[in-house]
Amino acid sequence: MDKVIAGKTISVNEEGYMTDLSQWNEDIASEMAKEYDIELTPKHIEVLTYLQEQFKNNVPLSIRKVGSSGVVSIKELYELFPNGPLKISTKLAGIPKPASCI
Amino acid sequence: MTPQEYNGHVRKMMIILSKANVDSVYAAMVLANGARMEGIESEIFCTFFGLDAIHKTKMDHLHISTVGNPSMGIPTLLGGLPGIEALASFMMKREMEKLDMPPVREFMDIIKASGGKIWACKLAMDMFHYTTEDLYEELDGVLTVGDFYTRAHGFGTQIIFI
Repeated sequence: MDKVIAGKTISVNEEGYMTDLSQWNEDIASEMAKEYDIELTPKHIEVLTYLQEQFKNNVPLSIRKVGSSGVVSIKELYELFPNGPLKISTKLAGIPKPASCI
Repeated sequence: MTPQEYNGHVRKMMIILSKANVDSVYAAMVLANGARMEGIESEIFCTFFGLDAIHKTKMDHLHISTVGNPSMGIPTLLGGLPGIEALASFMMKREMEKLDMPPVREFMDIIKASGGKIWACKLAMDMFHYTTEDLYEELDGVLTVGDFYTRAHGFGTQIIFI
C-alpha cells in the first residue's frame, strides 16, 4: 500500500515497514520517528545507515550482531530506540522487520 | 494505570527458572530477551537447579540431559554412558552457534544490557550454601518468594515457571 510521509509517497506493508529502500530519506525517518517520540540524532542515523548496509548485504539481523558491530552497544541501542530496539530501528531504516527471535 | 486504561497487553514477564539443562535455560533467556525487544519488561528468577545458570563456574558448562529425555532419541541405557551427555551438549551448542544464539553468559549479559533483571532465590541459595560471591557478577540481587510477587505487581504481568 502507499502512504505519504514527509511529502513523499512511499510503499509500505501492513505493519508500516517500507518495502522499497530506494524511496527512503532522512526526512521520512524523522517523520516516522515522531510516532515513537524519538528525535533523530546523528547517532540514530549512524545506526540506521549500518542497518541498511547489513540489509543490502543480506546479513540477517539480531540484537547480538548489532551489539557486536562496533557501531552501537546493546545498551545504547535500547536507549536510542526504546520499547523495541530492532523493531523500531529497522522500521525507521526503511528495511524489513527482522524475523529473528534473538 | 487504572483498569479502564489497561489495554490487555503483556507488560511484564516474570520467568521462574528452576532447571539448568541447556534447553530450559535457553527457553527462559529467549523469552526474557524477546520480551525486552518488544518493549516488555522482563525478569528471570533462578531457583533450585536454575541457580546453576547464574553460577559463576557452572554457567559456562551447562548440559542437556540425554537420560529420561525421549525427544533426544537416545535409548536411556546409552544415554547414561560416559561422554554421551557431553557429546550431545557439544553438538547442540554448535547448532545454536550457527543460529547466532549466544553462549549462556553472553546471553545473560545481553538481557542485562537490555534492562532485564536477573534474580537468585534466597531459599535455594541457603539450601545449596551459595553466597552472592558464587554467582554471576551482573546479578541484580537475592529475593524471597514474597519479594518476587511484589515485583510482579501491576497490570499485564505474566508469571511463567520453567
